[in-house]
Amino acid sequence: MRILEGEGVRKNFGGLAAIAEVSFHINQGEILGLIGPNGAGKTTLFNLISGSLAPTAGIIRFKGENITGMKPHQICKRGMARTFQLVKLFGNMTVLQNILLGSLFGTPKSILQSDAVNDSSKLLEIVGLSGMGTILAKDLTIVNQKRLEVARALATKPELLLLDEFMAGLTPTEVSLAIELIKKIRDRGITVFMIEHVMKAMMSVSDRIIVLHYGEKIAEGIPDEIATNPIVIEIYLGA
Amino acid sequence: MSPLLFLDILIGGLMMGGLYALIAVGLSLQYGVARVLNVSHGEFIMLGAFATYSLYLLFGINPLLSLVMTGPFIFFLGFLIHRTLFKRLRRLSPSLDAFEGSSLLASFGLLFIIQNVALLTWGPDVKGYSYLSKPVNFFGAVYAANRLVALLFAILIGLIFYFFLMRTRTGKAIRAAAQDVTTAQLMGVNIHWVLGLCFGLGALMAGFAGSLTSMMFEITPLIGLPYTIIAIISVVLGGLGNILGSLMGGLILGLIGNIVMYIHPGLSLIAYYIIFLLLLLIKPTGIFGK
Amino acid sequence: MRRAISKKFFYPVLVIFFSMIMVMMPPYVSPYTIILLNSIFMYIVLTVSWALFSGPTHYLSLASAAFFGIGIYVSAILGDKLPLLVVIGLGGFISFLLALLVGLSSLRLRGMYFTIFTFGLSELIRHSVQWWEVNRTGTVGRWVIGVDHTTVYYIMLAILLITLVVAYILKHSKYGLALLSIGESEEAADHIGINVNAMKIITFAISTFFMGTTGAIMATRWTYIDPSIAFNPLFSFMPVLMAIFGGIGHIFGQILGASVLTLLADVLLTKFPYYYMLLYGMILVIVVLFLPKGLTGLKEEVKKWQEGRSFK
Repeated sequence: MRILEGEGVRKNFGGLAAIAEVSFHINQGEILGLIGPNGAGKTTLFNLISGSLAPTAGIIRFKGENITGMKPHQICKRGMARTFQLVKLFGNMTVLQNILLGSLFGTPKSILQSDAVNDSSKLLEIVGLSGMGTILAKDLTIVNQKRLEVARALATKPELLLLDEFMAGLTPTEVSLAIELIKKIRDRGITVFMIEHVMKAMMSVSDRIIVLHYGEKIAEGIPDEIATNPIVIEIYLGA
Repeated sequence: MSPLLFLDILIGGLMMGGLYALIAVGLSLQYGVARVLNVSHGEFIMLGAFATYSLYLLFGINPLLSLVMTGPFIFFLGFLIHRTLFKRLRRLSPSLDAFEGSSLLASFGLLFIIQNVALLTWGPDVKGYSYLSKPVNFFGAVYAANRLVALLFAILIGLIFYFFLMRTRTGKAIRAAAQDVTTAQLMGVNIHWVLGLCFGLGALMAGFAGSLTSMMFEITPLIGLPYTIIAIISVVLGGLGNILGSLMGGLILGLIGNIVMYIHPGLSLIAYYIIFLLLLLIKPTGIFGK
Repeated sequence: MRRAISKKFFYPVLVIFFSMIMVMMPPYVSPYTIILLNSIFMYIVLTVSWALFSGPTHYLSLASAAFFGIGIYVSAILGDKLPLLVVIGLGGFISFLLALLVGLSSLRLRGMYFTIFTFGLSELIRHSVQWWEVNRTGTVGRWVIGVDHTTVYYIMLAILLITLVVAYILKHSKYGLALLSIGESEEAADHIGINVNAMKIITFAISTFFMGTTGAIMATRWTYIDPSIAFNPLFSFMPVLMAIFGGIGHIFGQILGASVLTLLADVLLTKFPYYYMLLYGMILVIVVLFLPKGLTGLKEEVKKWQEGRSFK
């Protein structure tokens, strides 16, 4: 089943086409990677999908439903969550409160406060933040902040998770742990769409990869195909 | 409409607009660069007015001459206030938004302080003096000489400031800081000095405007706030952060005010507010904003 | 465990205790005290309701005077035509409707823009009502049907208690948490399922409801009102100052700030009006500079200072 589809998606800013006629799809249960040079429009595409921005043209379908132009909170309740390139946490609130909010508001049916607290505590362990529940989010290290953002996103019980440069700035050890976490997420039945620059990680964990360049999709395929694609190689080495 | 009436409205509007432009540029320097929406701006206008008034009454000093005397004092006052209050506030604020909020509140405090010190010093009664009040014929209409002179001086001050902003190194530093404080710092601009300078210059503009005002109108310690509001509207009209835009904003506001006054007096303030609110809702970056 | 329980119930019990005293007070005190208490109740309601929205979201509204004034004018216009409680309810309801409108139109305004928008709106309303009254109705001010001090007292006390209860419940509910998250990052809040726009607008409107009802009842105490009284910008500034002075993050701080500053005003206003405003200004500057968390934060500051010393 195609959990997410985009047809002819376009986004213009003034005269500039940040995203120009991009069509894509993600199959349920897979890990789809999104790569491209800086400024290619990757985060813009995420913004269009998650509802931060409305497309100038084109259709986006989530689980078969047309979500084009919907607000982020509506899309979230339908089962999509995301993290941000520059972490957007609720800095002056505790780690647990950050996750709790996702749990309380992210699902279509409201849940009991006690259940929400339980779910949130479990998520703390899954992302590796056990025991840090009472720390203020702004006092965390950047790695832990990213983990918290993932936990908060997971708290909304998504079927599709958008990760925007989750591994940026991580050490090799941290990257390995991050890959483990993504696999754990996939094993729970969540489809993952991830933007990444850390190539090794991308190649090892993605089922398929899409390549964007100047707002256009220039390549799509399994990691081996992308790694040997001459156009892709050129834009990364030639540019 | 007869061309004479049109000219009359135009000139009258420019007279008010010239004054508005001066105070708008002052506030724009303070908000655009130092990021302080100084609601006590009008109080510096009031101080300038009373300083000139006092000098004239006590020592018989020519109001135009007093500009040279009161100017440095008010500049220094503004500079000092920035150095002691707003600079510290900036250091303590976790973000720019937090700083804008807390500096707004601090400037409210300043407003209360300055206004009430003035009330204690000079009392609430209306005061005024007569200077160059004889009528003069100008393009077919009659104006008080002091209004024409005030307009002339406003233009003069504006031109000097324009020259300063565009042609001197310090002016360049100010324009750079108005665009991007961090980058300006990286380019070697001594930012704290520039911020203080801009705040002081802003106060100076207000002081000048106040001195000129005292020649034309009666004054009380309460005249500040309405001018502050006009300054804020002018700055938003011209685009927050655009120093020259706010000058245009002030002129435009003065013209509109005068036009509305001919149609229905007493509605100018309402007209200002309506323009202001519509602007914020439709194009908050102002007419000339990015 | 015992400490945790007693802490949670401390403030509610304190408030209940004080309310009981307040309810029983009127026969035993002078009319002057009742009038003073009315003022204190009024400012507490204005401060707490202002902080309901502006506190957690950091959207600094300077339009409190507008909604307070609307309540006053509802009282002035309808006071002789409808029963008192209906008038009060209407004062709150019309404020609520206007707030919905304001909220919907100013959705995209952030930070400073929102603040100056609310201030401009409040002033526009003031000048417009004044122009209308002078040019169309032919009056400057209006007379309001007077109500005796004791009745005003009890109604004001009731409004106060309802406001406190609503503020407390909101703050400790998931919506209170959501409001805080909006103040931290609106975009993130939206992405975890919080309908940010709806929450902002509705919370803002609820806060103005209390301002409107308060205006409607207080008008009956003043008996003569005009636009410069009803829509006086000070009614927008004072709640802000009082909340920040007392401690904007806690309802208790808001109550404290409003009470202390209103008492201070009462002491100074008649004898030293200029000194009192001067003092207000100085307090504001000092609080912003040295006590950003207000009086309730003072305890924290002192503790931190003590801890810092012990490491020497």
